[in-house]
Amino acid sequence: MGYTRPVMEDLIIIGAGAVGAFIARSLSRYELSVLVIEKENDVGDVTSMANSAIAHSGYDPEPGTKKAIFNVAGNKMFPQLAKELDVNFGQVGTMTVAVEDEQIPMLNDLLERAKKNGVPAKLLTAEEVKKAEPNINPEVKGALLCPTGGIVNPFTLVAHAMENAMDNGVKLALNEEVKAIEKTKNGYLVTTDKRKLEAKVVINAAGLHSDEIAKMIEPIDWKILPRKGEYYVLDHYAPGLVNHVLFPLPSAKGKGVLVTMTTSGNYLVGPSSELVDDKDDTATDTMTLANVKAQAMTLVPKIPFNQEIRVYAGLRATPSTHDFIIEPSKKYASFINVAGIESPGLVSSPAIGEYVATKLVAAVLPLKEKKNYNPCVRPYVKPLSLHVDERNELIKKNPLYGEMVCQCEKVSLGEIYDVLSRSVPCLTVKALKKRTRAGFGKCQGGFCQPQVIRLLADYYHVTPLEVLYDKAGSQIVIDETKKEAK
Amino acid sequence: MIEKDLVIIGGGSAGMAAAVGAYDNGARDMLIIERSPFLGGILNQCIHNGFGLTEFKEELTGPEFAYRFIAQVKERKIPYVLDSTVTGITKEKVVTYTNEKEGVVQVKAKAIIMATGCYERSAGAIGIPGERPAGILTAGQAQLFLNEYGYLCGHRVFILGSGDIGLIMARRLTLEGAKVLGVAEIMPWSNGLNRNMVQCLYDFGIPLYLSHTVSKVVGHNRLERIEISQVDEKMQAIKGTEMSFDVDTLILSIGLIPNNDLLNSMGVPTSRSRGAIVNENFETPLDGVFSCGNVLHVHDLVDNVVAEAREAGKSAAEYLEGKLPRAAKEIDVVPGDGVGYVVPSKLALKGDADHYLFKFRVRKPSKNVYIDYTVDGKLVKSVFKPIIIPSEMEIESVPKNLLENAQTSIVVSMRQKEA
Repeated sequence: MGYTRPVMEDLIIIGAGAVGAFIARSLSRYELSVLVIEKENDVGDVTSMANSAIAHSGYDPEPGTKKAIFNVAGNKMFPQLAKELDVNFGQVGTMTVAVEDEQIPMLNDLLERAKKNGVPAKLLTAEEVKKAEPNINPEVKGALLCPTGGIVNPFTLVAHAMENAMDNGVKLALNEEVKAIEKTKNGYLVTTDKRKLEAKVVINAAGLHSDEIAKMIEPIDWKILPRKGEYYVLDHYAPGLVNHVLFPLPSAKGKGVLVTMTTSGNYLVGPSSELVDDKDDTATDTMTLANVKAQAMTLVPKIPFNQEIRVYAGLRATPSTHDFIIEPSKKYASFINVAGIESPGLVSSPAIGEYVATKLVAAVLPLKEKKNYNPCVRPYVKPLSLHVDERNELIKKNPLYGEMVCQCEKVSLGEIYDVLSRSVPCLTVKALKKRTRAGFGKCQGGFCQPQVIRLLADYYHVTPLEVLYDKAGSQIVIDETKKEAK
Repeated sequence: MIEKDLVIIGGGSAGMAAAVGAYDNGARDMLIIERSPFLGGILNQCIHNGFGLTEFKEELTGPEFAYRFIAQVKERKIPYVLDSTVTGITKEKVVTYTNEKEGVVQVKAKAIIMATGCYERSAGAIGIPGERPAGILTAGQAQLFLNEYGYLCGHRVFILGSGDIGLIMARRLTLEGAKVLGVAEIMPWSNGLNRNMVQCLYDFGIPLYLSHTVSKVVGHNRLERIEISQVDEKMQAIKGTEMSFDVDTLILSIGLIPNNDLLNSMGVPTSRSRGAIVNENFETPLDGVFSCGNVLHVHDLVDNVVAEAREAGKSAAEYLEGKLPRAAKEIDVVPGDGVGYVVPSKLALKGDADHYLFKFRVRKPSKNVYIDYTVDGKLVKSVFKPIIIPSEMEIESVPKNLLENAQTSIVVSMRQKEA
């Protein structure tokens, strides 16, 4: 006899991207049992991982839309949030740049829109733009400055939000895919590829696949259209290339190709925007990237592309409705769809999490605050940001902070073990790279990857042949060489 | 803060030879800082032979070559620290390094020699089209896995780029039982040493596809297939020329780049080699800061690295004794037609040397050409080369008397001999 009745959870959240993680975090404040199910082997592993890493100010979405409301609300949360979650966030401001005279009226329209959305914004003259951005196209005609926009590390944002949720009692199941959902008398029976689960409330935060999940309950009149964006990453040895997030004027296809620094001092150039059929298609393409390059150079003509260290593509979960879908299903108040969270989704996520918890979940479950809720993650020690004397003290206590594993990004062994000891599992080379930046630099793991594989193998008591780069089947080394002759 | 006359950053072939050169010219108070647990650097993973033909007049493996220099360092009792990473350096020559035992150490140096080697251009740097699965790695990384860790990165392998490490890995992987299906080189010529072409590809029947590049990689988790295409003169893939290979591994040997971050962070300008600008004494525009070996320009033979580094060490020793005053003016050395870069980038034209060494690479393989040395617009020397190729660094000696009256520039260029 090998079967038991599943434990009834209060809530199951499907998806551990930015949206799922922040909903989990908001719910972790209350006396509820919450389980997050993620089909990938890491949190924040699809759309939340491959985007522009921007905390948009909210000047761009059409006033009154959910995008506008949650963007502006989310942006306001970021300074505090970044402290609580120990995430790199830089409120550097965004500039939307006009390079042709005909674009000036569009800047005025955007200023009006910013005002309506309650976003601080001001118009800059060409001279002011040139002064703030010495590398800007000299043909610049003016720009809209939004000082509350910023840059954020999207990898640690999601991981730390989930970590904080877990530290407050939320459970996470990685590598588990929801296959069916059935309404029962008291809630839902959720069948995954591994087991059956029960919950009173289900929250669908399944990103690109949220339409498929929603359809498990009832017919829907919307769908998710994967829209690909391709990017270049440049190394961080060209300081001062740009000082703000630089956007062109937006078009029907989105905010256009931006040029920005990242919180680690790299530069991002992208994205393209193209609808694709396949929700797994993250391939890059030479022509598309060449086009991205050409468009970026209309903003900043001298981008040092010889500093390119990586290209990537991400898929936006574009809703056919063109606005975020954050509402209960038609039939059941206890089945909540949070879908179509495309840009500005990253910055909106914390506000979406709060809304879902305090409005939509509150409507169906009693919310009772936990006494010992802690909004902060255990601080992450960053040796290089410490004064020499403090670093010496730290290394005396824990010598592992003195040994550098990743030479390019200066990541110490101590930081790696710290990440491995956290609540959110860090199972793969890529997960470790996202958390610590080991392997993110100019050599792309050329020097440190063998050591990283060995560390993961030792930590998880497996052999290097089992250590994954990313998804199942992505082993990096696949055979031993020094085997005895048979 | 501790004080040292000379800090050498990097304990590979260049760092060790620079230390020996400095010691043998009188320097004593010095420290080599090495990031790995051993001296020797990348030589330790180069277990093939072919090293030392000039330096030791015999053929050695990488570790053997390294060992000879480790012995020289130890004989001279030159201090070194291992497992130590330099995390910062200032214009005032304060070097900060960290390790498990000492914590953070700040060293105020009178002179610094940068010998941090180079790194490999990665898949991201050339934006190979397609997905980013496991199974795409650089040749040096595959070599490290294989030779130091004992793991094979794949069973069916294709190699992009005909750089020397890629060629050596083609042979090495074949000997370890992997099937190497081919090598694609985007240029119409090979980028490896001739001996490696013969001994690593031809001897094993591995095909070389010139003017070809990888136009697509397929595989969501682990690499499954690649497509190569012929390229046109603009290096763009030509439609209709695709060839497909079912492979689990793509090895990249597409170039090495000087690992010059520390000097960049000090604001030292770079030359076309992507290394620092230096004069004939290997001194950068910052007084007492020297650069040599692969961090200055990528060499093809370690024998040339150690010869260069010894000279840089000698210069540093002279600098410490006050015998290397900065010239009031330095003459620019400029790569001209057909020449990729030249080391040195500047000539101080001081000191008692009676000739200067010019090291350079040409941009493309050529036959029957002259290498011209033009001083302030006037041709002073031409050297005939029946054959010259980019993969082999040229070293030429030019007498001082031809150069000493230079006022502004010396151009090194390549010129076709008229038929």
